Amino acid sequence: MRESVTAVRPDRRLPPPVMLAGSAVLLLVVMAAAVGIGSVAVSPGAVWHVITSHLAGRQAATVNDEIIWQIRLPRVLLAAVVGAALTTAGTVVQVLVRNPLADPYLLGISSGASVGATAVLLFGAFASLGLWAVSAGSIIGALLAMATVFAVARQGGTLAPTQLILCGVVMAAFFEAITSFLIFRGNPQATQSVLFWLLGSFGLATWSQLPLPAASLLAVVGYLITQGRALNALAMGPEAAASLGVEVHRLRRDLYIATSLVAGVAVAVSGVIGFVGLVVPHIVRLLVGSDHRRVLPAGALAGAAFMTAADLLARTIVAPQEMPIGVITAFIGAPALVILIRRRPYLYGTPG
Amino acid sequence: MSLELRDLRVDIGGRPIVSGISLRVPDGQFAGLLGPNGSGKSTILKAIYRVHRPAAGQILLDGADLLRLRARQAARRIAVVAQESPVEFGFTVTELVMIGRTPHKGPFDRDGARDREIVADAIARVGCAALAGRSFHTLSGGEKQRVLIARALAQQADHLILDEPTNHLDIRYQTEILELVAGLGVTVLAAVHDLSLAGLFCDAVHLLGEGRLAAAGPPAEVITPKVIRAVYGADVLVIGHPETGAPQLLHRPASGARTERTVSEIPPLQA
Repeated sequence: MRESVTAVRPDRRLPPPVMLAGSAVLLLVVMAAAVGIGSVAVSPGAVWHVITSHLAGRQAATVNDEIIWQIRLPRVLLAAVVGAALTTAGTVVQVLVRNPLADPYLLGISSGASVGATAVLLFGAFASLGLWAVSAGSIIGALLAMATVFAVARQGGTLAPTQLILCGVVMAAFFEAITSFLIFRGNPQATQSVLFWLLGSFGLATWSQLPLPAASLLAVVGYLITQGRALNALAMGPEAAASLGVEVHRLRRDLYIATSLVAGVAVAVSGVIGFVGLVVPHIVRLLVGSDHRRVLPAGALAGAAFMTAADLLARTIVAPQEMPIGVITAFIGAPALVILIRRRPYLYGTPG
Repeated sequence: MSLELRDLRVDIGGRPIVSGISLRVPDGQFAGLLGPNGSGKSTILKAIYRVHRPAAGQILLDGADLLRLRARQAARRIAVVAQESPVEFGFTVTELVMIGRTPHKGPFDRDGARDREIVADAIARVGCAALAGRSFHTLSGGEKQRVLIARALAQQADHLILDEPTNHLDIRYQTEILELVAGLGVTVLAAVHDLSLAGLFCDAVHLLGEGRLAAAGPPAEVITPKVIRAVYGADVLVIGHPETGAPQLLHRPASGARTERTVSEIPPLQA
């Protein structure tokens, strides 16, 4: 019971330009640090020098050049892109299934990708594609899983939230069983690389891996920003959204395809990295409010910064060995989520 | 500004849920849609706000076919307060009411000064100005319902559809909400579960039984023991409200001591 209406909590949220500029600066600082820090420390000046010479078309065959341009920069950029992609997908899936505890993997994308990648790593499927075989396998797996969940959940013509969650969970369990079966039947040496992939890593990042995830991220974020109002309306419930002039069936279908695409491509290049798509959207909502016209751009920037920082930790914390990044995001993400749930009842709805 | 249903039939899963529904809500009238659970109240409303497609019949808005309008255009004419609750991501009251501007905005339009004015005005009209900066999920049930009505007002539609707006509310909020709606001056069609509340606030009521209209007219003509027994299968007493004369329901125990004396002392309906 509420006693009085006079205790108005003032709006302590940041104005949008400040918030966006802040996130962008944070991302740049994190990326700069991540490029400079490692087994060989490189000063910011030297990093700047390497990057500007490459952009100007001059290449120097120095050790710094090799470390910065060939190894760290593609790795940092890929981590940023994947972090942004998973956060964006998570934000949308939470609205799509009307559940704040949903993440991009709920729709079976990651488990489908795992089947594809495991098949490649253990049995050499798509071997003719060389380095691209794992990516190809996981994209195909993700798309198949997505299409299956979509087809099953669509029975009856609508993509109802509860159906979508149930189908996603059931199909994910099914695909995980296939992955386990493949690992069980596969050769024990290759199992090591499967495990590494399942926990996620940017250790094999190259420039050639960047264009596909970056392009899909830009396309999907661009589309979603035009749908900010529609997403807000959908958060009111599908029927309320329909009464607000949103064509709900079409919007749901488009959102489903967009998030599957951006998350599937991210999983294909980095493996299954958990918690980012679940936790970062909530942290961003706490900071900028729930309006998706602010959450989406801020979330992409914050997700990129979070993933870059997590990857920096993953490769420095037990150097010269490398920790799977999924371990880092879970170690940070799980306590963060517990704190959020305890402090913010909205995650579970209000009691009573 | 009128809403009219002509011989409406809605099927769900191939089975007719409501059929032969014809009714008219004239300009500025607060019409109640009554009936037992499962009689088709929500189904009719959902056909009006495009969740269900009618199998037959017409929905007319000022004489023009509503379903021929695009969803966005229709949303500028009819606003809805449905039964579902928003996902509680922590929208503030102002943010939530701003969502009511959706049908007026293109994908690249920003919220202008005019939108903010309309939103502030809508919040003030439902008496929630002091709550504007609060998170929606921290509000009481009655306050939430007011804010959802403000969202509908920000839509600037001249017709309002409400699906059981007083459901789950304490009695204080039940009367508050219906009084608010009755005073808005827009054309309203509301599904109302509580017959006494409908009797008190509605200008006209349409009573559904098993998917068909069983009775329609001013509350005093529809809410009678005879009609209630026919539609609900319930044995009730109806008395005139001591202050307004509006029909009010009294429940009767199915068995137990009743005496003619207590019944005859109750003032008759057309007092």
